[in-house]
Amino acid sequence: MSKAWDQVTWQEIEVGGVLTEPGSARNYNTGDWRSSRPVWDKTRCIKCGICWTVCPEAGISEDADGYFEMNTYCKGCGICVKECVTGCIEMVVEES
Amino acid sequence: MMAHKKRVGMEVSIAVSHAVQLARAEAIAAYPITPQTHIVEHLSSLVANGDLEAEFVTVESEHSAMSACIGMSAAGVRTYTATSSQGLALMNEIVFITSAMRLPIVMTVANRALSGPLSIWNDHSDIMAARDIGWIQIFTENGQEAFDHSIMAFKIAEDHRVLLPTIVNLDGFILTHVVEAHEMMDQKTVDRFLPEFKPYHKLDPQKPVTMGAFAMPELFTECKMAHQMALTNSYGPILEVWQEWGKLTGRHYQPVETYRTEGAKVIIMMMGSLGQVAEVAVDAMRDQGIPVGLVKIRLWRPFPFADLRAALAGAEIVVVCDRALSLGGAAGPVLAEVRSAMYPLAVKPQILGYTVGLGGRDVQPEAFEELVRHAQAEVKQGPSQEYYIYGVRG
Amino acid sequence: MEKFGYAESTKFDTYASRMMPRDEFFTSGHRSCQGCGEALAVRWACKAIGKNAIIAHATGCMEIVSSGMPQTAWMHPWIHVAFENTSAVASGIEAALRVLERKGKLKGPLPKVVAMGGDGGTSDIGLQSLSGALERNTNFTYICWDNEAYMNTGIQRSSATPFGAMTTTSPPGKRSIGQSTWKKDMVAIAVAHGIPYVATASPGYLFDLYFKVKKAVETPGPAYITILSTCPTGWRSATDLSVRLARLATETAVFPLFEVVDGKYRLTVEPPKIRPIRDYLKPQGRFRHLRDHEVEFIQKQTLARYKLLLDKCQAPFPEFAPVHLPEGT
Repeated sequence: MSKAWDQVTWQEIEVGGVLTEPGSARNYNTGDWRSSRPVWDKTRCIKCGICWTVCPEAGISEDADGYFEMNTYCKGCGICVKECVTGCIEMVVEES
Repeated sequence: MMAHKKRVGMEVSIAVSHAVQLARAEAIAAYPITPQTHIVEHLSSLVANGDLEAEFVTVESEHSAMSACIGMSAAGVRTYTATSSQGLALMNEIVFITSAMRLPIVMTVANRALSGPLSIWNDHSDIMAARDIGWIQIFTENGQEAFDHSIMAFKIAEDHRVLLPTIVNLDGFILTHVVEAHEMMDQKTVDRFLPEFKPYHKLDPQKPVTMGAFAMPELFTECKMAHQMALTNSYGPILEVWQEWGKLTGRHYQPVETYRTEGAKVIIMMMGSLGQVAEVAVDAMRDQGIPVGLVKIRLWRPFPFADLRAALAGAEIVVVCDRALSLGGAAGPVLAEVRSAMYPLAVKPQILGYTVGLGGRDVQPEAFEELVRHAQAEVKQGPSQEYYIYGVRG
Repeated sequence: MEKFGYAESTKFDTYASRMMPRDEFFTSGHRSCQGCGEALAVRWACKAIGKNAIIAHATGCMEIVSSGMPQTAWMHPWIHVAFENTSAVASGIEAALRVLERKGKLKGPLPKVVAMGGDGGTSDIGLQSLSGALERNTNFTYICWDNEAYMNTGIQRSSATPFGAMTTTSPPGKRSIGQSTWKKDMVAIAVAHGIPYVATASPGYLFDLYFKVKKAVETPGPAYITILSTCPTGWRSATDLSVRLARLATETAVFPLFEVVDGKYRLTVEPPKIRPIRDYLKPQGRFRHLRDHEVEFIQKQTLARYKLLLDKCQAPFPEFAPVHLPEGT
């Protein structure tokens, strides 16, 4: 369904309401929910990846240098901050 | 070309299980309930002996039977189950989902009264409580019909223009437990008639899909409409399959069957095995010069509005016999449907409703003669009741 | 069976994260609450399950947050039917796969079948179909996301709600301390079916969870895993505490991590010292109303139950091992 989902007609409903594009939830940006964001202090980051492990959203990605950073899906829960072994992440309030 | 005709005497339940075997059902999940048991017992032994290449899952309830059938069909195999009465009631939650997911499961319902009080005997209250589940629903009148429709149901259900689960109804005990002569089919003929099941969507790691997603108000109505149109539009493919079967076997089936309706002023209507009893009554009344005919609904869902109107054209009085009650309502379910179908017509018959044969109460041919006399008298004076329960004491 | 290792430490092996698979099978864009421990558990369970699997899911939080038309967060072939019947749906899938394999219609290896449901869908309304599937020796893995109440419908009590917890249908009041019953022991119920693999896991120990799920899906026959799923919304806890609370549940012996292989119990995470129960209860608003003597009661009960579990871990191997499916089925 490429058009806006509240414009879809009954003829366009896939047989049985089946969704044929796995992982299409990625089209929904949960980052909009965020009121604060995690910020990494790269001088203290040891690139261990625990932040990536503990993120319920898969909202943390590794960059080209092996550091981790928030991606667009981060909901701002702060688990990564609590679990970081070096304490290199802190939550910063989002600017509106 | 007519297939070789061989008539074999056997219990109707056994004939139905042979039909399922001939249809090469690949997966069965069922839970025992009287009077469906002989069907699933025989299927179990066919599987146990290797005469049917299928998995039989002996689930712990009918709710799980239908749920397992959904899993089977969604995974891409030809799926069958059978139930009755309380079993169908217990499945109720799931059967709506089966049809919404468009899974072409075939189910035999050995019609039996719903509790309470508990009754293992025949009426149609089980299927009428499942009237709006979005399945194709077919009624049969004798063993041969039950056998034929059990095979045809797979072809209808699995047609990619249809993709809807299908129920074949047969009356509990009155049909399931009697021995009748059946014209059986050979495997080759059935294989030619019914090709291998080709699922439309299936659960396959090579091509993952999500089944059973939920709909917000913005999409729910469109989903229901798609389902409604699929069921309505299944009418054409159903007729095609029945016509093909007719050519193959010489046994022709119509959505609405008529018996001696030429010039009939009074028409008796019903579904299921009582049709045969009513034929005897019609013959007797015709002999007495009473212009009576018989109309039997075979295809209950999708409801054949046009066929019904054509069949009832010219009738002055229609006597609708229901095998179930809509408690607290105005009528039995078949009566409500017939009245609703006829109401828009400018010229319409008087339609009277009688509930007969509840919970195994015997209905003899004389009963129909009595109903016709009663209906004629009521029409003359203006109907005194919304509907009548035949033979009730007190 | 012992080909998988465990993270037996009380905290993460620091660099192990980098060695874990990066493929996501439960994708971003799902709509769970902030800090959902359950979504985290699902993410890792799905990694462990691997690509070649079919998932049946019960109605509940994870179904609702992941499968609203027209989007899905699942990369697996996935089916949701209803609340109480997931194990039966999985039974059907498993039977169908066997037929397809026998008839040579399967391309590639036989997919794993996994059923998932919340604690309500497992220990309450889904218990019958789960028991049926376990009893029939269905070759599948059942995972219970145990967030200890009906969170999706608004935090009502379930039989998995812990003693004393406040929910919307077990509110504390003049005549109530909150939930008045002890958490139903689903692990013992699963073990009683004589199945080859049963385990507990939690998002506090994700590598332990990962390897248990992997082991469960590799086990022929039925496997059952309960995963404690921290729920900031329902537990009235801070969103950033979801992993820490799960770890505290194990460190206080509220939720010990163990597995039962062929009837033999084994702790997989052994806290060197059991912490006081208050450490676990205090960060959770759902226990805030509890008075000292009630906390004391929970403390005693928890330790007594932990002692029973340790005794089971010492017990000899059971005389009658569960039935395994014969090779090749």
